[in-house]
Amino acid sequence: MTTQTTAPLSPSAPVEGAPKGFIGLPATVGRALATGGSALAVVSTFLAWTWTSEYPGDLTVYGYPGGLQVLVLIGGLLSVLLGLASYGLWGLGRLFPGSADAALKLAVLGTFATAWYTVVDISAELGGVVNLEPGAYVVALATLVALVGVLALPFTWPEPEPIDPEDTSWEQFKHHRRQNWAVVKASVAAKSPGPAPQRPAFVDILVIVAVMAVGLIVFTYGIGTEYDQQFIGFLIIVGFGFGALAKAGLVARVSAITARHRTLTMISAFVAAALFPFTQSDDQYATIGVYILIFATVALGLNIVVGLAGLLDLGYVAFLGVGAYTSALVSGSPSSPLHVQWPFWASALCGAVVAMIFGVIIGAPTLRLRGDYLAIVTLGFGEIFRITVLNMDGTSGPDVTNGSNGISSIPNLDILGFDFGQEHTILGFTLARFANYFLLMLLITLIVVVVFRRSSDSRIGRAWIAIREDETAALAMGINGFRVKLIAFALGACLAGLAGSVQAHVTYTVTPEQYQFAHVVPPNSAFLLAAVVLGGMGTISGPLVGAALLYLIPAKLQFLGNYQLLAFGLALVLLMRFRPEGLIPNRRRQLEFHEETEAPAVLTKAGA
Amino acid sequence: MTTDTTTRDTAPGAAVPGETVLDARGVTMRFGGLTAVRNVDLTVNAGEIVGLIGPNGAGKTTFFNCLTGLYIPTEGEVRYKGAVLPPKSFKVTAAGIARTFQNIRLFANMTVLENVLVGRHTRTKEGLWSALLRGPGFHRAEAASRARAMELLEFVGLAGKAEHLARNLPYGEQRKLEIARALASEPGLLLLDEPTAGMNPQETRATEELVFAIRDMGIAVLVIEHDMRFIFNLCDRVAVLVQGQKLVEGDSATVQGDERVVAAYLGEPFENDPGVAEVAEVEAAEAQADTVTDAVPGKENDR
Repeated sequence: MTTQTTAPLSPSAPVEGAPKGFIGLPATVGRALATGGSALAVVSTFLAWTWTSEYPGDLTVYGYPGGLQVLVLIGGLLSVLLGLASYGLWGLGRLFPGSADAALKLAVLGTFATAWYTVVDISAELGGVVNLEPGAYVVALATLVALVGVLALPFTWPEPEPIDPEDTSWEQFKHHRRQNWAVVKASVAAKSPGPAPQRPAFVDILVIVAVMAVGLIVFTYGIGTEYDQQFIGFLIIVGFGFGALAKAGLVARVSAITARHRTLTMISAFVAAALFPFTQSDDQYATIGVYILIFATVALGLNIVVGLAGLLDLGYVAFLGVGAYTSALVSGSPSSPLHVQWPFWASALCGAVVAMIFGVIIGAPTLRLRGDYLAIVTLGFGEIFRITVLNMDGTSGPDVTNGSNGISSIPNLDILGFDFGQEHTILGFTLARFANYFLLMLLITLIVVVVFRRSSDSRIGRAWIAIREDETAALAMGINGFRVKLIAFALGACLAGLAGSVQAHVTYTVTPEQYQFAHVVPPNSAFLLAAVVLGGMGTISGPLVGAALLYLIPAKLQFLGNYQLLAFGLALVLLMRFRPEGLIPNRRRQLEFHEETEAPAVLTKAGA
Repeated sequence: MTTDTTTRDTAPGAAVPGETVLDARGVTMRFGGLTAVRNVDLTVNAGEIVGLIGPNGAGKTTFFNCLTGLYIPTEGEVRYKGAVLPPKSFKVTAAGIARTFQNIRLFANMTVLENVLVGRHTRTKEGLWSALLRGPGFHRAEAASRARAMELLEFVGLAGKAEHLARNLPYGEQRKLEIARALASEPGLLLLDEPTAGMNPQETRATEELVFAIRDMGIAVLVIEHDMRFIFNLCDRVAVLVQGQKLVEGDSATVQGDERVVAAYLGEPFENDPGVAEVAEVEAAEAQADTVTDAVPGKENDR
């Protein structure tokens, strides 16, 4: 934010040609300032930033960084490393095949943002700058110096477009803005890293394991953040850090490696996820973990329908509800009219099959519609499900679902004598109720991931994508459009039902209110679709990341309160404006590309 | 089907030379009161390249859509190898008629190879279960499909770009890919809708070669085209469609020499004395038209 104001961005200045920075300092000075400032910021995190432990995270201790200081420390270390790499020291350049300068800019910016956020927030929270200890002044100054340093780093300025003097002032304003934006983008432009050198397979495997370990640590840290400030700092550092690593070319390298070993990547990702409950000492965050998993699994199921087959389904949460209600009815709950208690495999299967049957029943008449019409009709069916369930309470209709009270006190699962409601101690780690369900849900997620992967890479998956791309051409290629779409719809419903059958047990109670179109708590149809779009349509990791973010952000940022849906809507609008392809675009095929075709694909990031 | 084993070159869908592949009889297509195609007969025999030409709006594409199951003819019937065409376009493709589109309709975000694999859809059977369970049959079928698709890409000269996204191909290669995709469904008849639209002369010639090669595989071809040189070089027979009716049908020389065809494309000359008198007449007509259009707003104001 601050960079834009400091930048001397008059397009009339003779800026073409030779690379130069925003600030007229020599590049060597800038580099030294950036690296030195970051190093000083690292040191300052070991100082006290404030005098009282009233500020969350206890930033008063010398020699032991806490709370937000840890985040600044991480950002500072990354900046120092990138700064040294930009000097080309000790072959560090080989570690970062992309552009170390651009990466350094983002890393320093992230560190600066976190440090200043902290300092400003301490002053605001405790009432005045008087509450700051010397450490805070040091970190503020150090990160500011580093920021000034990176602003002096040279880059190739874009050729300014000539202004048409006859344009209206509004047009000229837009032109200037476009120009400035191009300059900002050019300042962090990175060359795409060359093809990765051939390394022995075990190195690749080590890289994957390391990446998964880092992923687990980041996720565990994020889920374990205890107060708003820490979570905001976490988001800033993760966002800028990821950007910096992308500019440094590491993200491209890692995705090339994971693309080479897809099965191994999947397995290690699931091992890392399964290790999550073991990192927790109590059940507090495993609860969040299991809800995220349910949300993510259902979003991935929706991704088959929306991302692969291109069918905009706004009532998808109804299938989760069908699965949950079916499973709850046969769970042995006292409020279920069917007084039976089926084993888990039977109730899960039953939930999946009943949801699939509903999928076919709803899909058969509606899938003859295209595009927006389909979206509206599915939205309607989603609400019909909820209202029907609400009315089947014995007064307005047959007594099946217990109306708005829902089916409550659903007993815990018991698989082969393993009671999910009890605490179990495995290898010295205590797994409580939600941790148990987390592991079970992870198994369901694994099933959905495998189904997604296998179906997308097959004749039927290609038919889905063909239908999504161009329905008329797909029909002319002999694809029975209706049948193929119905399969996608039914498969999506079936997977949602499967997730629902676990969800019913996790939440103890199923009520109609859980399955609305839009609601404050995910999963609901709007959030599911948002998770798919936010993460990236047609990918596996996209909806998982999208769901994790969409669950964590409202859960962690309590101060958003009633403005949560507003903020959510704004965020979606901004995302669609600036990154329509989602956080993790479908790059599977682009990776297989040659250098010359990849370059524009990366730079333009055309969503289409 | 018995012919499959006789020659290795021929495509599996190919028929005995001389056999009637496509037989359209009295095809009429009405949209409300508008008759777009009236009582058109057309036959295509195996191993033949037939052209369909006509001025804009003559009903060529409508007729084409009747052949591909996109429209169901109001009257008349279309038979493919003796059997009446089913009324759904995907069933028509399964029966053995493949087509390309006037404005290229590739699956832009799929790779070149995947585009051709989609074309194989009707000739493979693996459903969802086999995709999920991944038995040996699945891998065998998938490998066979890929091999066949690569052969076709080799045939049109795109084998080197199999992993590119279709949208990144240059225009001429997109046309070729569309043809390869259509061939992947192993058709007995290939319908090409303006295959050289927007091509330069070299590309047009290359397309010509390609169509001849397809004919040599034993696949009958029906082409709609505006490029007369292309059509007359290529086709064994040409049918001319004007205002929904077939005007002439015959070999290139017959059609080129036919006065009515020239008239349909260039307009008919005035019967008696073209020249000064005609120009004067046109000018007079135009002047009158001007006054009429001028009068219109005035009329409205009166009301």
